[in-house]
Amino acid sequence: MAIANKSLVWGLFAAGGTLTAFLFPALMALFLLVATGNLPEGLAYGPARAFVASWPTKAVLFGIVFLSLWHAAHRMRVLLHDFGLRADGVFAIVLYLLATLGSILTAVLLLGIH
Amino acid sequence: MSRRPYVRPVRRGSWYLRQARYRVYMLREMTCVLVAVYCVLLLVGLAALAADGPERWQAFLAAQQNTAWVVFHAIALVYFIVYQTMAWFQLAPKAMPLQWGKTKVPAAAIVAAHYLVWFIITTLVFWLAGVI
Repeated sequence: MAIANKSLVWGLFAAGGTLTAFLFPALMALFLLVATGNLPEGLAYGPARAFVASWPTKAVLFGIVFLSLWHAAHRMRVLLHDFGLRADGVFAIVLYLLATLGSILTAVLLLGIH
Repeated sequence: MSRRPYVRPVRRGSWYLRQARYRVYMLREMTCVLVAVYCVLLLVGLAALAADGPERWQAFLAAQQNTAWVVFHAIALVYFIVYQTMAWFQLAPKAMPLQWGKTKVPAAAIVAAHYLVWFIITTLVFWLAGVI
């Protein structure tokens, strides 16, 4: 399979996997808190906006979304193959394109927050 | 070479159902769907935050507050912890074997270090969000 040759793709996938393993449970817990109606004070509009407006935070948030999207895209590509769907070329293009577009969208949104 | 070599039949779409190991593998890999879902949620939230004025952000938060989301987040949280975080940490000693000369760092130490870092990062996120 051509997948095994692309160490850069794998490297981003592994970085994204490590990041999501460490970070996403806390994120999901925050979503759960919001969903149950207990809004953490840092997620009100004022504090949240102020927090995201700083440049280090923007860089970190972009990195998080970029790596997570890449991880999901690559893993989904392999997953589709495992489910027996063999149009690997098409899936690869579509999934990596979606990951790239998501990353670009994140960058645009972050740059627009002052 | 024989005239008709035996090719063991493999069911392309359901091979993973045959053994428990394969089923666990598939459950592990399917966490990527959750990663994608939460990335989309993050992007939607970021778009709401980036808008002028607090209305869209508050609408985003209000839209999260129903039972369906509570159930989804709760199940996703447990599923993700078991099949991504714990599975990833279990593989960590194989992924990053540490060795000084002849002494190898025991696998349990590497796994414990991962859990410690996870605790620290979780605490940091909760502190930043104002939960603690």
